[in-house]
Amino acid sequence: MSLTDLEADASLPAAGEVAAAGPIQGRSPWQLAWARLRRDKAAMISLVVIVLLIVMALIAPLISKWIGYAPAFGDRKLGITEDGLPVGLNGHHPLGTDRLGRDLLVRAVYGARISLIVGLVSTALATILGVVVGAMAGYFGGVVDTVLARFMDVTLSFPYLLFAIALAAAFGASTPLTIFVITFFSWASIGRIVRGQVISIKQREFVEAARSLGASNMRIIFIDVIPNLLAPLIVLATMTIPVAIVFEATLSFLGAGIDPRTPSWGNMLSDATETYQVAWWTLFVPAAFLLITTLAFNILGDAVRDALDPRSERLFAAQKAGRKKKKK
Amino acid sequence: MLRFLIRRIVFGVVVLWIVTLGVFLLFFATSKDPAARFAGKSATADTLALVRHKLGLDQPLTVQYWHFLTRTLKGDLGYSFVTQSPVTDMIKSALPASLSLILGAAVIWLISGVVTGVLSATKARTLLDRGITAAVLVGISMPAFVVALTLAFLFANKIQIFPASGFVPLQQNPVQWFQHLVLPWLTLALLQSAIYTRLTRGSLLDVLGEDYIRTARAKGLPENKVIYRHGLRSALTPVLTQFGVDVGVLIGGTLVTETVFGLQGIGQLTVRSLTTGDLPVIMAVVLIASFFVVLANIIVDIVYSFLDPRVRLE
Repeated sequence: MSLTDLEADASLPAAGEVAAAGPIQGRSPWQLAWARLRRDKAAMISLVVIVLLIVMALIAPLISKWIGYAPAFGDRKLGITEDGLPVGLNGHHPLGTDRLGRDLLVRAVYGARISLIVGLVSTALATILGVVVGAMAGYFGGVVDTVLARFMDVTLSFPYLLFAIALAAAFGASTPLTIFVITFFSWASIGRIVRGQVISIKQREFVEAARSLGASNMRIIFIDVIPNLLAPLIVLATMTIPVAIVFEATLSFLGAGIDPRTPSWGNMLSDATETYQVAWWTLFVPAAFLLITTLAFNILGDAVRDALDPRSERLFAAQKAGRKKKKK
Repeated sequence: MLRFLIRRIVFGVVVLWIVTLGVFLLFFATSKDPAARFAGKSATADTLALVRHKLGLDQPLTVQYWHFLTRTLKGDLGYSFVTQSPVTDMIKSALPASLSLILGAAVIWLISGVVTGVLSATKARTLLDRGITAAVLVGISMPAFVVALTLAFLFANKIQIFPASGFVPLQQNPVQWFQHLVLPWLTLALLQSAIYTRLTRGSLLDVLGEDYIRTARAKGLPENKVIYRHGLRSALTPVLTQFGVDVGVLIGGTLVTETVFGLQGIGQLTVRSLTTGDLPVIMAVVLIASFFVVLANIIVDIVYSFLDPRVRLE
């Protein structure tokens, strides 16, 4: 990771300049974290990639129009060879076609919609559920805690992929069901972490102060405790998004996720199992989109964690590198 | 120790009971008409009534659940809707492939994950550490089926050194057994070792910051002994937790790897049952997988007490 080394070199002089330059401005922890994040090149590239993906998903119909093919349209003339095989990368189909002659770029762009919607919505729902249940368990303790914590343990020890498939078998594969399944199996790990944090926060003086002022439990939880969890929650959510996206793709791949007719990366990869031996692009186009997306979210998640935690390793590395330089 | 064991087993039984309840409600209470599925499409009203009676579907739900529970406890998991053969037999014939896959892969990923994790932690903030961290990020970003398909494309299709699919039992031909399993093992191990590397690294770094490590260093122990004897031993506890859960989950859930490589194990059985709507088989697999998860968790807790001298089972 040469990028971080560069960053390490660049960061200390910058910090020195701030201290030296004229009147000292107070900066909030959030501003400091954002400044740290901005210095992380890998994180900034990931952020740009994610923004591009979102834009791409939003303008999917425009891209489809520009290329000239609808996502479900099987191009029998130019999209399939005489032997009935998919067509490789060419001027008409920039990223080739699949076994039905459908344009892979257009399908991948529409697939981004599904992946991002499922990833973001289920992460948001899982975070809300995890925070509410985790905060209740941690704050109230006692019987409430025992019941809720055990419930989280049980959820975490379920063979989730199997249950997801079983649900799809019972109710039929659909996007809302996929979101429900991913939410149901993601909230408990968030809840567990929130519970631990709340247990330590509720013993702090400001919570005691709020209580002595007569604040209700709900007010303390939502006004005093949860805002203090924002930093770890942002990190957790960023890390949950790629997991949810992979989860969706896996479910779709196994025929238990998104409706097989809808273009999604998982469905495209599922189709590719029949053609990848003769047409590698049917496998690598959706795989590349998927990998780039999850990688971008994972790198960003790591960087956000480092930026929000001032004691984090990278900063440590930066300081150490700086110290070495000073000695020289 | 004994009290701890009893408590864990009771908790495990409660979890399994909840799972049976969930499975039962999911399939019998919500699925449209199990009898119609069992009897087939061309069944007359009389046959349907007969099947319904035979399956006990004309009785109240609580009675049905009781029958389901006692039947399951006796090891009778019902009959497949599709092949009409006993589900227990189907599971038994699928277990060898799944176990071969998981146990082989588990050895690879545990060793490679812990070794690279220790390397990464002891050489923290060096180029090697950054390289490993980057590789781990790619590893955890990749879905299993992408790895599986890529490996199959490269090593079974482009360079034909391993068979692309199938399973040969160990007792039939050990060499072919091995050849058929190399790619599936790699698929599973690659993804898992990324997670284990990250876990080991983080956990070991935490432990190396503890006071008792400073004590060990202060009394003049060689660094190797400090890291392996004192550090790694307790750093391995979270790794072990994950390992127990993973092995348990995977026994019922290497769906992707088995499907891509055509291994006739539990995972493939599940996927096939999903496409044919064979509910009794799916139910059985969920039950068995949950059982293994619970069992693995109990074993892990016991092993803890041997690994980390600070853990006392009470």
